[in-house]
Amino acid sequence: MNGPFDLALALGDDALIAAQRLAEWTTRAPEMEEDVALANIALDQLGAARLLLTYAGELEGAGRDEDALAYLRDDREFRNCLLVELPNGDFAVTMAKLLFLSAYQLPLYTALAGCADERLAAIGAKARKESAYHLDHASLWARRLGDGTAESHRRMQAAVDQVWPYVHELFAPFPGAPVDPTTLRAAFDATVDPVLAEATLARPADGWAPAGGRDGRHTEHLSYLLAEMQVLHRAHPGAIW
Amino acid sequence: MRARRGLAHTHVGSLHAPDAELALRNARDLYTRRQEGVSIWVVPAGAITASSPDEKDAFFDPAADKVYRHPTFYEVPDGVAHL
Repeated sequence: MNGPFDLALALGDDALIAAQRLAEWTTRAPEMEEDVALANIALDQLGAARLLLTYAGELEGAGRDEDALAYLRDDREFRNCLLVELPNGDFAVTMAKLLFLSAYQLPLYTALAGCADERLAAIGAKARKESAYHLDHASLWARRLGDGTAESHRRMQAAVDQVWPYVHELFAPFPGAPVDPTTLRAAFDATVDPVLAEATLARPADGWAPAGGRDGRHTEHLSYLLAEMQVLHRAHPGAIW
Repeated sequence: MRARRGLAHTHVGSLHAPDAELALRNARDLYTRRQEGVSIWVVPAGAITASSPDEKDAFFDPAADKVYRHPTFYEVPDGVAHL
């Protein structure tokens, strides 16, 4: 195990899969303005994914570039957390996923920005500003839907309840990594708890905590996502546009 | 929107939003994708009082033949310094 490589790969996969899921909303978002907003966030995630996967390829030293890592691995070789591969569900589920992901990525990238690895520090410094906006966007919708109508509250609470178990995996120990994810949980709670409270949403009880993404053990959803994401590159290797 | 080197905000477009907070964010997403600006104002359409196209003649035509309102209409007399 190589700490910086494993971390760059895991975080790159988080961002890549999150980008692919968010991009599924394109032309399907509830309103045109939100359509563009989600596409912007997806592109932010994709940008971070490219930097992280390129760096992971260099650290590996086996000649794999960002495309080889993104398009030519199977699901068991992906190291993303389970949270990002979960289906979008309704808009509330997507916002719950984005809220928890950005509340994790923001302190993570902030910590990376101060780590000894110069490349990871530079990527963290760039990505944390984007994460701050993602968090703002998701928090705003969580408050709006949670403290909105009876129906929007019901659906936002259901979304939070559904996604919450997948949060715990984010803060599992990561041996050898320049940043210890277990130290980020306090910042996550300090961000998420007030948002849930203001949104009149109940913080779910901790219990079932599915994990395995960082070891390549994924939900069944990931391979379907990869099939769609990778088909073009596999059918036409090296295709560009 | 105020551009990086601009002094005044200029109109860049209109959008839908339930309130000002979201309007500001929607504007950020729609109109600053290519670094067009560093400051955004949003104004509800209902707060704008606009001149009517029907009033165009009465509003704007009278200015058309007042060339003396342009500084270039006047010839600077010889011998006037510091003007």
